Amino acid sequence: MIEALSAPQYNDEIIKKFTIASVFWAIVGFLAGVFIALQMAFPDLNFEPYLTFGRLRPLHTSAVIFAFGGNVLFATSYFVVQRTCRTRLWGGGLANFTFWGYQAFIVMAALGYVFGVTQGKEYAEPEWYADLWLVLVWVSYLLVFLMTLAKRQEPHIYVANWFFLAFIVTVAVLHLVNGLSVPVSLTSLKSYPLWSGVQNAMIQWWYGHNAVGFFLTAGFLGIMYYFVPKRANRPVYSYRLSILHFWSLIFLYIWAGPHHLHYTSLPDWAQTLGMTFSIILWMPSWGGMINGLMTLSGAWHKLREDPVLKFMIVSLAFYGMVTFEGPLMAIKEVNALSHYTEWTIGHVHSGALGWVAFISFGAIYYLVPKLWGKEELYSLKLVNLHLWIATIGIVFYIAAMWVAGIMQGLMWRSYDSLGFLEYSFVETVMAMHPFYIIRALGGVLFLGGALIMVFNIYKTIKTDERIA
Amino acid sequence: MLEKHKKLEKNSILLLIFIIITISIGGLIEIVPLFRLETTIEPVKGIRPYTPLELAGQDVYIREGCYGCHSQQIRALRDEVERYGHYSLAAESMYDHPFQWGSKRTGPDLARVGGKYSDSWHVQHMINPQEYVPESIMPSYSHMATSKASLDDIGSHLEALRVTGVPYTDSMIENAYTDAMAQANEGEANTKDGLLKRYGKNTIVRDFDGKAGFVSELDAIISYLQVLGTMADLKDYNPDVVE
Repeated sequence: MIEALSAPQYNDEIIKKFTIASVFWAIVGFLAGVFIALQMAFPDLNFEPYLTFGRLRPLHTSAVIFAFGGNVLFATSYFVVQRTCRTRLWGGGLANFTFWGYQAFIVMAALGYVFGVTQGKEYAEPEWYADLWLVLVWVSYLLVFLMTLAKRQEPHIYVANWFFLAFIVTVAVLHLVNGLSVPVSLTSLKSYPLWSGVQNAMIQWWYGHNAVGFFLTAGFLGIMYYFVPKRANRPVYSYRLSILHFWSLIFLYIWAGPHHLHYTSLPDWAQTLGMTFSIILWMPSWGGMINGLMTLSGAWHKLREDPVLKFMIVSLAFYGMVTFEGPLMAIKEVNALSHYTEWTIGHVHSGALGWVAFISFGAIYYLVPKLWGKEELYSLKLVNLHLWIATIGIVFYIAAMWVAGIMQGLMWRSYDSLGFLEYSFVETVMAMHPFYIIRALGGVLFLGGALIMVFNIYKTIKTDERIA
Repeated sequence: MLEKHKKLEKNSILLLIFIIITISIGGLIEIVPLFRLETTIEPVKGIRPYTPLELAGQDVYIREGCYGCHSQQIRALRDEVERYGHYSLAAESMYDHPFQWGSKRTGPDLARVGGKYSDSWHVQHMINPQEYVPESIMPSYSHMATSKASLDDIGSHLEALRVTGVPYTDSMIENAYTDAMAQANEGEANTKDGLLKRYGKNTIVRDFDGKAGFVSELDAIISYLQVLGTMADLKDYNPDVVE
């Protein structure tokens, strides 16, 4: 009995690796983002053939979503599942394979983009051989996670693990269906996706939107459900709400894909379904936000003292904002204006920088002292500085993209008094220039904040000295 | 409800099964009918698979990530139809593996760019976009002018696409290389007839990059751009008549 209650030997080595990798890829991804933002403001920064916007854009999106986000998800899910199940991670060797295998996938994909090896499907660009490799890694991940759950010492599976499990298995389903392709030959790097045209569009955005819904939302809600209560030292606000919003969120998200295809050749019935479910999705999204924010009830004063908790709470505020904006943009009439414009880019980054990156920073700041056996971070003041620089960066970014996107949409549809289209296309490109510069500046600030984090983490791990 | 939910919380496999069922419903309902309903792809005359040269051009288009800035999907909105032409039909992208509808217009839509500009305009624009459009922010793609189009194994590309359902015939696959050369006006005498027989008399046969002697990536991508949006016989198309 006493043995069962003493803390088991957790596998923290694997989590250290994933944590370091996530910080490394964060910097790579943000740097790529700043660079392509500058390319849009100053096209002379395109260096053909390898460093053009077209080839670097997937490098940026993959680096931030799959490399940074993915490594954060591995690190946190392995950390959380062990703690909440009170058992060591299953499969030491296999867990290690998920680390090296996943890094290999990232490098394979990234090299492919720069050298022009790509399937050309947004957020699913890697070619067939990398896709197959990822299947192997991902099935191992599912196995490690599931087997750890199975041998848990706690009777209940904690809510964070429901979200992690839903994220892992749904991403597997999405990747398998969307990734089906026919290679030109077994020695050729090139393949053609099995799906074409309108069906391909539907499947691609079913995949794409649920990469957002499950990779970037369900997974990160799993992080929220462990790290916010832990850092605030309060129980989760409502158990009922977590059940309700978990099942409704994963049920509804899957339907939302067609809002990427309004007024296109996709049949109307599918567009309408996509719009309807996207609007309903607002509710479970806010259920998650409320459950996270209200966890602080009775402990709001901690926000004044703890910048790490501040990161998590600000991330929930961004999550709330972006999950309101999303349903709004999914309404067909709004989408007619917003689609194809910078507004979409701004929306994505509110979610990616404000929600995903901020909750990740919060979790990383929580993890590092714990994993390396230190009492606290090197400097909480630097965490606060990171928070504010990054927040100002996000505000620059999304404000610039809102103005740019709405202006672009309005200019495209503007008519003069004689009934002709008022602007040529290139006039709308020129109008974007100042906003592209402001956006790049926002990106520089966000990157600067992340570099402060790197310094702080380095000092925390390497030294025992502490400043405020 | 809370009591019943405890069962799921105590059984990881049951939880997994319930999650899979929950996430499958929406996808199945939205995706499966698209393969079954006859109204998904409207009948319109003229759509044919890409010629080998056009396909090589599309490969270059995908390789360079052009879809990141250019859509190929004209929405059924007044200003788009006036700016770009007839709204896009599902049939027009039925042989695109993958579809090229895009999600962003940093540059203009290209769904009907075919025939809008001359070949030599495209050549210059690819080499130096700012020469014709000084305010453009498009990168230069001058390396396409000097790179040989990769046509040696183009037949196996057609074969792979046939597996996915594109109706390439045996003779199309067999003659893929010859057809590609013929379309860029670099083939042996008389090879042009075979190309036109296989892909139709409207197939554009020209030395697209204006440089005799070899088939460049510019030849390929311009042949692709020039056919975009031109296949469908829109004069006869009436959305209210379902065959």
